[in-house]
Amino acid sequence: MRRPSFSTLILVLGLVFIYLPMVLLVIYSFNASRLVTVWGGWSVKWYVGLLDNSQLMGAVARSLEIAFYTAIAATALGTMAAFVLTRIPRFRGRTFFGGLVTAPLVMPEVITGLSLLLLFVAMAQLIGWPAQRGLTTIWIAHTTFCASYVAVVVSARLRELDLSIEEAAMDLGARPWKVFVLITIPMIAPSLMAGAMMSFALSLDDLVLASFVSGPGATTLPMEIFSAVRLGVKPEINAVASLILLAVSLFTFLAWYFTRRADKRRSRAMQQALEEAGEAGLDKPLVAPPAHS
Amino acid sequence: MNRSRLNSGRRLVIGVPFVWLFLFFMLPFFIVLKISFAEADVAIPPYTEIVSYAEQQLQVVLNLGNYLFLTEDELYLAAYLGSLKIALISTLLCLLIGYPMAYAIARARKDLQTVLLLLIMMPTWTAILIRVYAWMGILSSNGILNEFLLGIGLIDQPLRILNTDVAVYIGIVYSYLPFMVLPLYANLVKHDLSLLEAAADLGARNLASFWKITVPLSKNGIIAGCMLVFIPAVGEFVIPELLGGPETLMIGKVLWQEFFNNRDWPVASALAVVMLAILIVPIILFNRNQAKALEGKP
Repeated sequence: MRRPSFSTLILVLGLVFIYLPMVLLVIYSFNASRLVTVWGGWSVKWYVGLLDNSQLMGAVARSLEIAFYTAIAATALGTMAAFVLTRIPRFRGRTFFGGLVTAPLVMPEVITGLSLLLLFVAMAQLIGWPAQRGLTTIWIAHTTFCASYVAVVVSARLRELDLSIEEAAMDLGARPWKVFVLITIPMIAPSLMAGAMMSFALSLDDLVLASFVSGPGATTLPMEIFSAVRLGVKPEINAVASLILLAVSLFTFLAWYFTRRADKRRSRAMQQALEEAGEAGLDKPLVAPPAHS
Repeated sequence: MNRSRLNSGRRLVIGVPFVWLFLFFMLPFFIVLKISFAEADVAIPPYTEIVSYAEQQLQVVLNLGNYLFLTEDELYLAAYLGSLKIALISTLLCLLIGYPMAYAIARARKDLQTVLLLLIMMPTWTAILIRVYAWMGILSSNGILNEFLLGIGLIDQPLRILNTDVAVYIGIVYSYLPFMVLPLYANLVKHDLSLLEAAADLGARNLASFWKITVPLSKNGIIAGCMLVFIPAVGEFVIPELLGGPETLMIGKVLWQEFFNNRDWPVASALAVVMLAILIVPIILFNRNQAKALEGKP
């Protein structure tokens, strides 16, 4: 048995560091005692209590609604941006376009939030829309920054794709949009799925942007949790937090699983094609195997 | 092929994301800039107009008062410096911890790599608010960590960690560590291992070839990782608000208070403009680096 290396040791410790707080949070959400740190035996009463909290449930519904529409819009917008960045090599303002797509990834949220709010206020004065801030303005804010994440995920996939299939279709006379819908989209479907789930999770999670651009009556779940958390640790919040952790982990896992399954299926199909080509007595395979990621 | 149709299709696919991002990401900065020159007012919205028509003349009144105000009160300077210090130290800590982690993943078995990556990636999608909240329960004076340390007799009285800068460092490193590991991994996994073998054949020791080959080759990964941690950490609000104490001065928190508590939109805008001016160089650096990665150039 080889002695584990220094980097492996750090990796294990790092993973413990990342996961231990979440595990403790989940364990303590089942604590029967109202005193958060005193263990009073196992109980699910905090979870049961959540169902009666209509204010919280309203916030959950609003957050899910925003996240759903954000996932759709951000995936569409991010995919277009990724397509432009990987398939259109030259046009005026390309560098600027690239900057617009990647800058939201790092821009501090307080800046984006404040600037979007001021935009909405100015627009309301100028053209009367949005008359009231709320779900729509939060959706716009979330879509803008989630689209950047989608663009990164999808462009990674687009770059790996074998261009010859798209080119072949074009040579056979297919229109560009037809090639995109019938050939490119099915090939990048797993990363679209991953991007959509990522946007859903990011939107569900956002506090700062939503706080700035929200309006009366449009309190999202993170805003609700934040106002409770400011006052300290509470068992009810432990329960909500655990449920969110569970939901998001499930989403991440599914996104990962879809991507992986599609990858496996593709490489298996490629393998099969190569074998058949070999049996048919061809010296060289007709299609070059893709560079393995 | 019909060229005009191709062009209109291309214009559409460039135009839609461009217009959206310009309208909802770029344009708002100019409005922030504009309002940073306005004066606070008791009105809706709570600031004065800087552009006005008087006697058929367009008048622009730029009020530098907000910027002067930022230099007069030491609180703001301290908050900017505090943010930069905390972000810088946290970034270095993330790099120190994240590099070996990324290295270990990149050298692990292929099937193990996907699982390890999932484990690193999962937290980046998970509510940052909740992960920070988890630390509140651990670090508080009657929290899990203190109970544990008291229990094993290492300390006599609870340590005060929550509401100090130490807690802020823990929170930032904890929240941003995956953002350091992922770009580093993406870079390290592409390295040609034969270079290291060649170096070993020529008698280089592991540590020497690590510093002379692996580290320089991973420069782009290091830049991407550091920028992904540093830039958002400077403007971080949730972590200093929940884990930090009254003495923790960070600009994101000050901006939030200026906006939500004092309702002084012009001063909040001026704070944002200055923060952006500080961050513009790292942001451009990150964008260049990212543009190369997005286009698949080495």
